[in-house]
Amino acid sequence: MRDVAVIGVGETEFGELWDRSFRDLGIEAGLKAIQDAKLRSEDIDAVYIGNMSAGKFIDQEHVSALVADYSGLADMHLPTVRVEGGGACGAIALLQARLAIASGMHDIVVVGGAEKMTDVGEVQAAEILSSTADQEWESVFGATFAGLYAMMARRHMHEFGTTREQMAAVAVKNHKNGALNPEAQFQKEITIDAVLQAPWVAEPLGLFDCAPLSDGAAAVVLCEAQRARKFSDTPIRIAGSGQASDFLALHDRRDLTTLDATVIAGKRAFHEAKMMPKDVQVAEVHDNFTISEILAIEDLRFIEKGKGGPATAEGLTALNGKISVNTSGGLKARGQPVGATGVAQAVEIVRQLRGEAGKRQVVGARHGLTHTLGGTGATAVVHLFERGD
Amino acid sequence: MTLAIPRFWREIQSRYNLIGTKCGSCGKVDFPPRAVCPVCGRKSIGKMQRFQLGGKGSVVTYTVIHDAPAQFEMQKPYVMAIIEMDEGVRLTSQLIDVKPEDVRIGMKVQASFRKLGQEGDAGVIHYGYKFRPAG
Amino acid sequence: MKSGIVSYGGYIPRYRIRPKDIGVVWGADGEAMGRGLNIRAKSVPGPDEDVITISVEAARACMAKVDLDPTDIGAIYVGSESHPYAVKPTATVVAEAIGSAPVLTAADFEFACKAGTAAIQTTMGLTLSKMMKYGLAIGADTSQGAPGDALEYSASAGGAALLIGVDHVAAEIAHTVSFTTDTPDFWRREGQRYPSHGGRFTGEPAYFKHVLNCAQLLFKRAGTTAEEYDYAVFHQPNGKFPVRAAKQLGFKEGQIDAGLCVREIGNTYSGAIMVGLCAILDEADPGDRIFAVGYGSGAGSDAFDLTVTEEIRKIRRDATPSIKEMMADSVFLDYATYAKYRGKILMREA
Repeated sequence: MRDVAVIGVGETEFGELWDRSFRDLGIEAGLKAIQDAKLRSEDIDAVYIGNMSAGKFIDQEHVSALVADYSGLADMHLPTVRVEGGGACGAIALLQARLAIASGMHDIVVVGGAEKMTDVGEVQAAEILSSTADQEWESVFGATFAGLYAMMARRHMHEFGTTREQMAAVAVKNHKNGALNPEAQFQKEITIDAVLQAPWVAEPLGLFDCAPLSDGAAAVVLCEAQRARKFSDTPIRIAGSGQASDFLALHDRRDLTTLDATVIAGKRAFHEAKMMPKDVQVAEVHDNFTISEILAIEDLRFIEKGKGGPATAEGLTALNGKISVNTSGGLKARGQPVGATGVAQAVEIVRQLRGEAGKRQVVGARHGLTHTLGGTGATAVVHLFERGD
Repeated sequence: MTLAIPRFWREIQSRYNLIGTKCGSCGKVDFPPRAVCPVCGRKSIGKMQRFQLGGKGSVVTYTVIHDAPAQFEMQKPYVMAIIEMDEGVRLTSQLIDVKPEDVRIGMKVQASFRKLGQEGDAGVIHYGYKFRPAG
Repeated sequence: MKSGIVSYGGYIPRYRIRPKDIGVVWGADGEAMGRGLNIRAKSVPGPDEDVITISVEAARACMAKVDLDPTDIGAIYVGSESHPYAVKPTATVVAEAIGSAPVLTAADFEFACKAGTAAIQTTMGLTLSKMMKYGLAIGADTSQGAPGDALEYSASAGGAALLIGVDHVAAEIAHTVSFTTDTPDFWRREGQRYPSHGGRFTGEPAYFKHVLNCAQLLFKRAGTTAEEYDYAVFHQPNGKFPVRAAKQLGFKEGQIDAGLCVREIGNTYSGAIMVGLCAILDEADPGDRIFAVGYGSGAGSDAFDLTVTEEIRKIRRDATPSIKEMMADSVFLDYATYAKYRGKILMREA
């Protein structure tokens, strides 16, 4: 397998971008990444797009060709691929693009992730998010996406004594990080009380325990590692990738407080990278709900099982803490355009490892991790990145 | 979200009567029915037998839904739970006839028959199980 | 050979509203209205309940009391004036939900409040003729009165299922007789949301004429008098009509008390006399005799002479909550919530 590195990154701002279409967003992120990598369009071998549900959000399928077309690449007749895997689609697209290069089939691939979620109403958007759970045996019966995560939270509280305050600490920390990220949807700090007093969404999760609905796109340019030096002084190598699946429905899983897919994807990625959790200084994990980040830092072995709540409250995962988690603001504060998530996480890690993260720079960051979930954890993807120098 | 008629209709047996499967190889009960046993894999193919759950179980975890899908707007806030059936298999269902503040992990519940939703005022009505505290 | 009730089961939704809480919205003295009707509260179906769910719950309660193969049921008839579908039977859902499908016949009946008793008579004929082993007769309603109308104080929800057959009969029906005329005392035209009625015309020429005539026919046919019965149950559109009819027929208060559910749950229409009958069967002993006269507007009465047998002891009467327990298990609603649950608030299309 050939080594693969990231040579360019780009993203749009995230938020309720009323005047921007899906096309606008995909193009902006892609062009920024291509510009960052100083590529000519002739250099590109393929385009991979992570997108969860353009069919439902904007009535448009076949978005892989669409994005290439509107990026001015139609005449290149490039192979384009759209990847679907719930919230993990962007991270899977990244993994698939990496494989395409590692195999020798391509040398340079642009990986994009995009979602336009605000062209439908909020109730409808929530229902679309629920469609990554088991429609026939969860959603039909009234289980919302937030409700399913709430049931994990309830069980975590029951088994480990995790508190609402500890979950709120995740939101507070990620908003604090988001305030330092000029592209974040929420660049405003919040308090524990504000989280606790927010209206319920699905008990024990309140409104501020949930990531928002967002529009946005992100893109990275992957290149075969030998060639990467030609384009970038600080190519960021993908050191390991792991993907795993699990029962689609939450109720069928072995354990309601551990996402086995995360555990296994993590093990696979660390194994390939010959790294340990303690080697990682900065991680972007899937915090679509506050409980999700607590599960992730436990299941990725950064924090002992059951201690994710107290660890967060004590600041172990804060910027330049024991491990800096979600420095971008995470899905919670940076925003959650679903298809963009996995790619945006990679963008943040690359910026951190390049030392370009500005006010939220993690000191001495050499190894970074992204963790992305599909559905309620039926898919998990973990990528490990390292500075090439 | 509305459902296509045949999509719901073909699941009527399981939604009305809790019909699942039992693996002829290891005896594990699954709900809804599975063609392949998650434990035995290939060995179980062709040996999965129709199996009806007794309708009794207990709450493993639960939530009170406040932000509800359109179909459930009239019932909010309502309780959703993961229920472990006496046969060992788990499922997700709404809990009815109970105040949200009275729900507890471990609470015994039993299946009842309720309306799950409808395709607008002119469309088909869907029915199936919901659970209530065991009497 | 006699046909009769092999098992029975009832279902009453938990929600209730008091006449007082209805009256206050319409500027009426609801308490006085309730006293006049002899109704303390009426049952209200939850937003996820309708005649289909009530029928299924009642049918399941009926089947839970006995160890009979549901595929031995050859017919299911559901009587109601509030079937959720104008076209598409309630009975087919019940058949699937109790495991009787597909080898059986099924249909929905409508005869105002006596569609359920019509189903009893039909299944009696089918089982007596040996066309089938058992038939299931259901009466259920989620009836509505127009907002502010007198009917709103009584129109409620509930239902019951009676398994009819000639084997393992727990309550023999020795005689049944009907009395039918064309009397438009209460009706609902196709496409109309709420029923209309003839006001006081629903009394003498309608309810009383049919119930009393039918009852007299039954006395005559059975060769009995009121004193010979342990229980009597009538259609109960309110708590006043059946008491007056019973008195005129010579029944005493002690005979009608057990089956007079209307005082606690209102008028369950097609379910009314059948729920009353279930309440009696919950406590009856072998040898007890029951006199039952239903009434449906339009108009007609069906009367039954029943005798409880030793088989009643073999029925697991405690397998499901009794009618009394269901009447007591109540959650009271205010008018706004009631209006929401009953679809009286104009909503955006879901």
